Amino acid sequence: MAELLFERTKVLTDAITNYCPGCTHGIVQRLVAETIDELGIEGTTIGVTPVGCAVAAFNFYTCDMAQAAHGRAPAVATGIKRARPENIVFTYQGDGDLASIGIAETIHAATRGENITVIFINNAIYGMTGGQMAPTSLPGQVTQTSPYGRDVATAGYPIRVCELLSSLDGVALAERVTVDKPANVRKAKKAIKKAFEYQIEGLGYTIVEIVSTCPTNWGMTPAASFDWLRESMLPYYPLGIYKDAKAGE
Amino acid sequence: MAEKVLMKGNEALAEAAIRAGCRHFFGYPITPQTELAAYMAKRMPKIGGVYLQAESEVAAINMVYGASAAGVRVMTSSSSPGISLKQEGISYMIGADLPGLIVNVQRGGPGLGGIQPSQADYWQATRAVGHGDGHVVVFAPSTVQEMADSAASAFELGDKYRVPVMILADGLLGQMMEPVILPEPLADDALPKKPWALTGHKGEREHTVVNSLFLVAAELESSILERAERYQQISRDEQRAESFLTEDADVIVVAYGAASRIARSAVVKAREQGIKAGLIRPITLWPYPKDALEATLASAKAYLVTEFSTGQMVEDVRLVVNGRKPVSFFAHTGGVVPTPDEVLEALRLANEGEVFDIIPFQGKLTRKKEVQNG
Repeated sequence: MAELLFERTKVLTDAITNYCPGCTHGIVQRLVAETIDELGIEGTTIGVTPVGCAVAAFNFYTCDMAQAAHGRAPAVATGIKRARPENIVFTYQGDGDLASIGIAETIHAATRGENITVIFINNAIYGMTGGQMAPTSLPGQVTQTSPYGRDVATAGYPIRVCELLSSLDGVALAERVTVDKPANVRKAKKAIKKAFEYQIEGLGYTIVEIVSTCPTNWGMTPAASFDWLRESMLPYYPLGIYKDAKAGE
Repeated sequence: MAEKVLMKGNEALAEAAIRAGCRHFFGYPITPQTELAAYMAKRMPKIGGVYLQAESEVAAINMVYGASAAGVRVMTSSSSPGISLKQEGISYMIGADLPGLIVNVQRGGPGLGGIQPSQADYWQATRAVGHGDGHVVVFAPSTVQEMADSAASAFELGDKYRVPVMILADGLLGQMMEPVILPEPLADDALPKKPWALTGHKGEREHTVVNSLFLVAAELESSILERAERYQQISRDEQRAESFLTEDADVIVVAYGAASRIARSAVVKAREQGIKAGLIRPITLWPYPKDALEATLASAKAYLVTEFSTGQMVEDVRLVVNGRKPVSFFAHTGGVVPTPDEVLEALRLANEGEVFDIIPFQGKLTRKKEVQNG
């Protein structure tokens, strides 16, 4: 008799995702689903999807889901959480959504200590619209709208979201992880689970930033994109815990 | 028996909303809706409700989107420039079939404009409340009592048809005090059930999704057409208007909100002078109360529209009348309010068979006959 070694996480539907080969959305999405499953909160969780590659994630999760306007997921999540404080509410957002058009909503949800969990995909580019410069694009990075490389003299510098938010009193957890290898995937899972647990405990705003790949718009093979992530992104976006309400406990 | 109290329009609306079961308010400061938000800030914490001052109008309307998606009665209030910022969220609410109350206590525009009463957002409310193919129901109260009554109607219709509802007031109605009888508070179990709401499925049902994205054109079309059917039903069943002395009227003034109070005074004065004048006062601006207007077309000889804008609602009147009778126009705008005597003078001219678009320049009535009906 065959032994079942691996199966689709219960909290994910059987819908086919729109993600490209080598993109890390699929891994992160699964980690969030596993977390919801393991914490036994599928029946009380409400997710909010962004505008960007993860827009259709409302079809991928089996929990209740809302779709938000570009950048407004923290505000939508705030409305849901204030109406149903007993439910678990998370947003899943990309860098254009969270750090550009939605930076005001992000900072204010964070400083209010809004008791929500934010899953933040930082892949240094706008994926859905075809590879434009993001607020997180690196200095010198070539994109469709920085064809000569991001010139910080005119386009300014990338935003380090975890560092920025860590100064706010309302933030219970701000941690940056990546999913480039199994050990890091396990660390990412731990961070995501911690974020949801802090929300369950009512500690305030939690954010897990995942340094991610976009092979399609970076113009690289999946393998090369992971190399670029390690060589170029991680030095600018160091992994680690930037704020932890329970640090030292 | 409910008692009569003296209240500002903004406060009466706020208290009536609470009594209609609204326990969630998200807003951002702006004049002249200030008293409404201040009232909510004072009351909500005392009754287990939520008052949240958002970081922007954009955030506030998206909080309304979230709370409405979660199934509660929820509202926001603002004034003209702030409503422009809310338009994105209103469009998403329309697209996701979410009810919710948006109050616009209008001030003069465009741009930062002024803070005096205005009716210059009529087109925005009825024609262009957000991008895409959609509407909100629009109520136009004209008294403090109606400010209160329209709150209950707004939540009722919004939940019934799953559409956002706007109360289009103005600085005059918001800030003035009048006696008002507040509605009895609605019992919690009297609120409608919302099986479509995001509550967490508790393992008892399939997941629910609140969404306005349809990448397959045919699916988007069918969602728009399903909503259009509801709009047709609303247009048929929910038109509201008051007709005052219209049965034998030769000349009928059409005016809404604060402008209708001035028009009513002019009509009463005209009657004293032997002019057979009447008033049609739209209470819903969308759907436009065509039937009330249509009912007078056989007997009325002429129409006069007066509003606090350079001519917005007048287009709806002309659409209904469709050239069958002359429609004249008189207005002030930018926060300047016409006097009853000015409207009376315009009424007298219309009664004498003159057809005109009049906007007063430097205090004088200037006539522009040639612009009538294109």
